[in-house]
Parts: sequence; structure tokens; C-alpha cells
Amino acid sequence: MTLNQQRKLKTILTGLFAWSVALVLFFPIFWMFITSFKTELQAISVPPSLFFEPTLDNFRIVQERSDYIHHAWNSVVTSFGSTIIALVIAIPAAYSMAFFPGKRTKDILLWMLSTKMLPAVGVLVPIYILCRDYGLLDSKTALVIIFTLMNLPIIVWMLFSYFKDLPKEILEAARMDGATPWDEVVKVVLPLSVGAISSTALLSIVLCWNEAFWSLNLTASDAAPLTAMIASYSSPEGLFWAKLSAASTLACAPIVIFGWFCQKQLVQGLTFGAVK
Amino acid sequence: MTYLAITDLQKHYDSYHALRGINLSITEGEFVVFVGPSGCGKSTLLRTIAGLESSTGGSIELDGRDITEVASSKRDLAMVFQSYALYPHMTVADNLSFALRLAKVSDAEIKEKVRSVSASLQLDALLERKPKELSGGQRQRVAIGRAIVRQPKVFLFDEPLSNLDAALRVQMRLELARLHKKLGTTMIYVTHDQVEAMTLADRVVILNAGQIEQVGTPLELYRQPNSRFVAEFIGTPKMNLIAANKIVRHEDNLAIELLGQQILFPAKRLKGPLPDSVVVGIRPEHMTLVEEGGDLSGRIELVEHLGSEAYAHLQLSSDQTIIIKAPARTELKDGQEVSLKIDISEIILFNENDRVISVIPEEA
Ligand SMILES: Nc1ncnc2c1ncn2[C@@H]1O[C@H](COP(=O)(O)OP(=O)(O)OP(=O)(O)O)[C@@H](O)[C@H]1O
Ligand SMILES: [Mg+2]
Repeated sequence: MTLNQQRKLKTILTGLFAWSVALVLFFPIFWMFITSFKTELQAISVPPSLFFEPTLDNFRIVQERSDYIHHAWNSVVTSFGSTIIALVIAIPAAYSMAFFPGKRTKDILLWMLSTKMLPAVGVLVPIYILCRDYGLLDSKTALVIIFTLMNLPIIVWMLFSYFKDLPKEILEAARMDGATPWDEVVKVVLPLSVGAISSTALLSIVLCWNEAFWSLNLTASDAAPLTAMIASYSSPEGLFWAKLSAASTLACAPIVIFGWFCQKQLVQGLTFGAVK
Repeated sequence: MTYLAITDLQKHYDSYHALRGINLSITEGEFVVFVGPSGCGKSTLLRTIAGLESSTGGSIELDGRDITEVASSKRDLAMVFQSYALYPHMTVADNLSFALRLAKVSDAEIKEKVRSVSASLQLDALLERKPKELSGGQRQRVAIGRAIVRQPKVFLFDEPLSNLDAALRVQMRLELARLHKKLGTTMIYVTHDQVEAMTLADRVVILNAGQIEQVGTPLELYRQPNSRFVAEFIGTPKMNLIAANKIVRHEDNLAIELLGQQILFPAKRLKGPLPDSVVVGIRPEHMTLVEEGGDLSGRIELVEHLGSEAYAHLQLSSDQTIIIKAPARTELKDGQEVSLKIDISEIILFNENDRVISVIPEEA
């Protein structure tokens, strides 16, 4: 084999490997999508049928039984709302820790991360009682607060590690040019971090969108986001695979489409951020 | 009149004492260069003046105002960084006008200032480019332009030319000298390149381990160093140092025994009492080769030809080598035995504490 052939073979093999991994990862989503167009009977038939007459019945029933728009709106408000609040808190926090580190900065960062090690269920009872006492059960406010606190450590970490890599001298130059700390953040740090901030925001939105534990435990109907709606299809009356799939497809569609659109922006933002 | 006054300035980094009581006064319009070995605190001193590092003692006064505790942004100083530190997300024009925009200068005035600065630094054609689309020399000019467009009280430079290649460095050095002449603004410049220090400075500040070793004009430092440290630091190749243990007073002269031969040094050029032993400092350019009757003799180890001149490394004894300057087209050969005459009026004596104990002779 010539060197050229070897190289070609290598490309083909790595390509094959990448595709198989991608397919394995994608398969469950694909299957969910397919199943949502089947009847309940087709959905549980063994062997599973690949060719069938697609039906939109499941989607119609889901919309009839549970108000999709209502739940989707709740998801949008809670995930975007909490992400925005978290960014407003995290950007100054990460800025000060990255550019004015103190003796305990490393410890604080580690402590923030350590809060993620505690299983959520461990604080369920106190938080549930707090929400009940403040009349926040089944309210979007409660979810926004919880989601903000839940993602804050990750957001601060991501921004901190990005800010830390920004050349310090650029900020010092701005300071010498007469920039106040506010100017420094708004006119230098933020424009240089568009990519990092948008990818962090996207991650946070996705994490909130798919959050189920708190959504299920703290909401009933008024504030229930899409994850809670899906869960209502695996009820004591039995599992309805096709309807469950339709609900899930509907639930993840907006975020998948949103992510797809952001992709371009993200890539642009990340390369634009290239300093030096 | 003093423009910038630094009084007993201290800087501690945790346990490390980086600036140990700096006292310095600079007059308006002066070009002052800080030099010293790596890690001596040049950048720290400059950054403390800039306010980018806080001092832990002492005071800094600029134009009659105490700025020790004033924020960098309010000190009215401009700084050029070694890494240029241009704003990567802004065009050259925006980089140049950033400070003016922060200061809320009118658009028309900004436009005019950016135009005149970019013209004087040949940046006109590059105004719409981003920093990453510029060469090193162009970035450097933008960094300088960003500083001068503001007309600050003092310019601070931290090794601004060290990332450029040799030819460009010489060119930029000239441009900086020209710029200083044109603007007449006070400049403080950090470098470890003594050619830059000697050619640019009105006054050179030599720093050593967080302290000022000596301040003076380039020529003063070259001819009248206070200490062995300064004598060795200034001048390339380095000053030759030869220890002498036997010194006797001989009427108006001191007879100093150098490697077995005697030289006579005028006694009136000695400061203080007669020491037991001295170190004699002789610059390579202050010795000449002679046929006979020289003060020193030795064997040539190596000749370095630089084109315009040559340097010969001479072995005087088993543990003493010196460097002498020779004419460009010298016929010296490795291994040759030669004899040297020392220009006594140019030699410098150091005591055992490395302080200078001789004075230069009055010009005849
Ligand atoms: N942030 C810091 N923390 C602790 N020590 C520091 C810090 N910055 C500088 N130092 C120490 O202070 C001393 C002076 O540093 P400085 O950067 O001023 O040296 P310099 O003279 O500019 O050297 P160079 O020619 O290498 O740039 C050094 O010994 C350095 O290790
Ligand atoms: Mg330095």
C-alpha cells in the first residue's frame, strides 16, 4: 500500500467510526420521532415496524389533552429568564475572580462547584417547604430562582476560565486609556467574550429546558414546563408509547431548532473571540 | 523643576520586597530610561507609577498632585506595552480613538486627532484593519499612536521594541527619539537593551534588586560609575576587571602591581584612604597593542571580527582573561604573544566593597 492509500484508508476508517458513534447517539431520538407518528398498537408491535402509514393523531391528542403552547411558554420563560438572571450575576463575579483574584478565589470556585455534588433530592424537603410558605408552589418564579441557582456555578466556572485566558494587558491598556471598571467590562471584556457568553447561555438554556426534577416536584399545571407535560404521559393508567413520543418530540423540537440556529452564531462568536 | 517625584516608594508582593525605597525626581520633558538585569523591578516600578500595581509605601507626585492612591484611569498617563495590548475587536481607528471616546471628546476633534496621528505614524492606509491583520511593526506603531493621540502628561513604555526584529528595532528607536523631540512630553522607558538606554535617554536610572544603583546621563554612567555593578552593566563588551593586591604610595603616584607588572596611578585621583587591595577596571577600548614596553602582556585566545572593529580575547595568566578592542583589519592571530599599553587616565579603581574609589581626571 502506498502512503497515499494508507492515508485514504485511515480517513475512511475514522469516518466510519465517527458515523457509527453519531448514529448510536442519534438512534433513540430518531426512534422517538418515528414512534410519534405510529398508532399505539404499531408502537408496541414486535418486531417493530419500520414502514407504516404515518398518523398525526398522537399530536392532536397531546394538544387536546394538555395545552402544548402553555407548557412551552413556561419552558421558555423559565429557561431564558433564569439564564439571563444567572448571566447578570455571573459576569461580574467571573470578571472579578479572573482579574482581581484574592487568596481565597480558588477555594470559592471549588466551593461553588461542590454545591453541584449534592444530590438535588437532598434539599427537596427544605426547598419545597420554603416554596410552600412563600406561596411559590406551582409558580414560574420558583422555577426561575431554582434554575438560576442551579446553573450559576457552571456559568461562573465557564466564564471564569474564559476570562482568565484574556490577556490582562488589554484590560490594563483600557485602564490607562481612562476606562472605569464599568467601561472595561462593557467595552472590552464583553465584546471579546461574545462567543464564550453565548455558548454558556446556550448550555444554560438547554440544561433548564431539560430540567425535570424540580419541575416535577414544584409545579402542577399553571407553571408546569414541557418536561412536566411529558411526564404526565407515563401515568398510572399505563404507558402510551406513541403519545409519549409525540409529547417528547414536541418538547425537544423548539430547543433543537433554537440550537441549530445558534450554531452559526456560536461558531462565528468563538472564532471572532480569537484574541491576539 | 520636578514634574514627577517618587519618594521612598515600596512594593511588596506578599513576602517578596520588589521595590526597596525608590527616590527619583524627573523634570518635565525628560526622557528617562530604567535599565537593570532581569527581575530587578523595572516593570514593577513603571507599573506602580502607572497605578497598575499598588504601592505598599512611599508616594508618587505628578505635576504637584499626589497620585499615589489615584486610579490608573485618572492619572493622565499613557502606557505602551511590550505585547502592544491592542483591542482585538476594534479597528486601528477605533483603537486610536478609544481614549478620546471615553473622555467624551467631540467627533470632529476625534477625527482630526486620529487623522494627524495616523499620518505621522504612517497608519493612514491601515485605519480600517483589525490588529490581527497587522505586522508586528505596524501593531507597535498603533500602540504608540494610541498613546500619543491623548496628549498625556507622561508616556510610559515597557520594553516596547523587544518583540521586533533587529532592523525594525533600530528604525523604531529613531522614530521614538524623533517623537520625543517633536512632542517634548516626559517619557519613561524600560528596557534591558543598553544601546536603547544609551541612545534614547536624557538620564538613565540603573536598578538593581529593587533599588536605584545610580542615576545619570549615559556618558556619566559610562565614565563615572559609582560601583562595580554599574561599571560592568554599562558598556559592551564588559569592562575588564583585574585584582591588584600590592599598592604602595610612590611620591605623587600609587604604584599598583598588576599581574607582576607595575602601573602608576596619580594619587590625587584617589578618594579616601589608601586601600590594601583594589580591583582595577579597564574598558576594552582603553588599551592599545604595543611592540614593547607595555603594561600587560598575554597570549591571544580568540579574535572576533565585527566588521567595523574587532575584539581580541587575551589570556594574561592562567585565571585571567581580558578583552581588548582592536582595529577592524587587525592582523592578530590566535596564539600570538602581545603586549598592551593601558590608558591610565581612563582606568577606574574599586575597593573590596565594589565601590568606586577613583575620580576621573580633569580634562586637560
Ligand atoms: N505578581 C507578582 N507576584 C510576585 N512577585 C512578582 C510579581 N511580579 C513581579 N514579581 C517579582 O518582582 C521582581 C521584579 O519583577 P519585574 O517584573 O519588575 O522585573 P523586571 O526588572 O521588569 O524584569 P524583566 O527585565 O525580566 O522584565 C521579580 O523578582 C519578580 O519575580
Ligand atoms: Mg519587565
